Amino acid sequence: MTDATSPFLEATIRTATPLALAALGETVVERAGVVNIGLEGVIIAGAFAAAATAGVAGISGAFTTAVLAGLSCTALLGILIVTLRADQIVAGTALTLLALGVTGLLYRTMFGTTGVALTIPTAKPISIPLLSSAPVIGRALFVQPAPTYVAYVLVPLVAWWLSRTRAGLSLRAVGESPAAAIAAGIAPDRVRWLALLFGGALGGLSGGCLVVAQVGTFAEGMSAGRGFIAIAIVALGRWSPLGVALAALLFGAASALQFVFQSLGWNVPYQLFLALPYLLTLVALAGIAGRHAPPAALGRGWLRTS
Amino acid sequence: MIEAVRRAALRAGGVLIPSITLVAVVAALVAAMTAIVGYDPRVALGALWRGSLGTEYAALSATLVRATPLMLTGLAVTLAFTAGIMNIGAEGQLLAGATAAVAVGLVAGESASRLVTLPLELLLGSLAGAFWAFIPAWWRQRFGVLEVISTIMMNFVALYLVGYLVRGPLQEPLRIYPQSEMLPAAARLPALATGMRLHWGFPIAVLCSVGLWWALRFTAAGFRVRVLGINPDAAVSAAQIDVRKTAMRAFLLSGALAGLAGAIEVTGVTYSLYENLSPGYGYTAIAVALVGALNPLLTAVSSILFGALEAGAAAMQRDAGVPSVLASVVEASIILLLIAFRELRVPGSVLLRLRASRPNAVDRSSSNRGRMPGQS
Repeated sequence: MTDATSPFLEATIRTATPLALAALGETVVERAGVVNIGLEGVIIAGAFAAAATAGVAGISGAFTTAVLAGLSCTALLGILIVTLRADQIVAGTALTLLALGVTGLLYRTMFGTTGVALTIPTAKPISIPLLSSAPVIGRALFVQPAPTYVAYVLVPLVAWWLSRTRAGLSLRAVGESPAAAIAAGIAPDRVRWLALLFGGALGGLSGGCLVVAQVGTFAEGMSAGRGFIAIAIVALGRWSPLGVALAALLFGAASALQFVFQSLGWNVPYQLFLALPYLLTLVALAGIAGRHAPPAALGRGWLRTS
Repeated sequence: MIEAVRRAALRAGGVLIPSITLVAVVAALVAAMTAIVGYDPRVALGALWRGSLGTEYAALSATLVRATPLMLTGLAVTLAFTAGIMNIGAEGQLLAGATAAVAVGLVAGESASRLVTLPLELLLGSLAGAFWAFIPAWWRQRFGVLEVISTIMMNFVALYLVGYLVRGPLQEPLRIYPQSEMLPAAARLPALATGMRLHWGFPIAVLCSVGLWWALRFTAAGFRVRVLGINPDAAVSAAQIDVRKTAMRAFLLSGALAGLAGAIEVTGVTYSLYENLSPGYGYTAIAVALVGALNPLLTAVSSILFGALEAGAAAMQRDAGVPSVLASVVEASIILLLIAFRELRVPGSVLLRLRASRPNAVDRSSSNRGRMPGQS
């Protein structure tokens, strides 16, 4: 049993990391009243940027370009939905389609259509002294690549920031009632722009993490719905950073199950495992019915007072 | 008399001017993008033209063949968006319809008459599409789950389901390729004329477009759908509309149209089921419907424009080596431009039409989670 548990936990954390990063960013975005349906596009852009630059710029360079790619995607979205007040869902869907198309086009022009797999230097796991030698969970939790530790630090930090700081309060005010926020002297547009950029940075990092810390290569459409799953995770985690982190772990575990079944030698069609996260999303979203309280102004533009 | 002519001219201009603008924008986008990624734009545009509308063969056997699934999925999106339902799941519904049609065709085999097999294939394909839409529709009404997310999840489930079927129960008898056996001749949609690739699916799609236009415009059910999309609250209070029932029916019919697209694609074009059956028709459909300003007749016109773009992109890859995925970049750029220009209120843009006809409920569906159309 133990020889299956440890790889399972390790795989859970590894697959949960990009989901947790993207969902944490999306939590902040949604608390500001914006739903970034383009998150899928942000992730694939980050993934491609990391894949294209890892060879020349190294691991940290790859993460930097991934974050920059995520930022530019959400900047485009910000212009459309914050500045121009376009429909958030239509604009987000279009951003996803654009990013999937552009990364596919660039991938084929830069690396050819021959199908030769692109090999990329991958981030080595970093072992945390003492903690990593804890029984059972030590290796799984504390021998991981750098982005996982970023998630460990950011989850409590964002939770604290949202609930305990003035800036966090302002952000929540914009998400609940832009009109009240204006009355309190807050500029909703600025807050939503900053929230979107934060979400874009984390979404890009999530894509970079997928390439550099997980798969080690790039494939067209490799984000495979993770952006949409992350949006579901935010709802499942009830818009709180800690809840979102736990929900991401649940999805990581669902993806990691295939390693367990493989080691047990069960003969189940592998497509079932591939479909599992999507089925789980459907079930999980139904499960939170009636018990969730999204920010009141979520998805809604607000009218200029002038 | 003169007044009538003037009106007709204005109407024709209302379609023609945006269409010409759109074609010019597409050409400019393609030229810019091919240049950016390092190809000769003149060669690329030449190939695009030859492959789409440049010859009679290209126009009939490439452009219109590609336009057929785009027209039906575009109508599916048009209907859903008109009702304020964000159905992004046409891709999965198309795959469900394709799967059902292939299963029916293979079971019926060579022995059954075409007159029995074909209607059954198209009917069960549509029903399978409706079923694939039923799950998110029900999820929405029962649990308030946003259909944007659930329909996308259903797309992935459909893709993996097809992936499993073509390597399992539906794999071809030699068990080498991940695809189903070829449909027998009696289970295929005939071509419109010998030596032509264009099949009877195209007139069926055009009929659907006229039918949907008529139904939305002139029937009580169509009125209910439009009111629901414009204002679900008024639909209940002023028009005494059963919101749940209307939303459910619109969602199911939307799924059925996408399912029919899949059934027609396998019986008229591919004759077999495999994973990459659809190069994202269900997603391109969103662009088709938005460019068509959510009007079924204009959606049919815009599906032909997008069919030409996709057929031309395939020729561009063949003749000029430009990756055909360029077409999806152009499509996404068109949606973004439409959104941006509508918001900027540029005079004379296609987007002004869109603003007038686009229901508010599409905006609301993202905000008012508690009171979605169809949710009590």
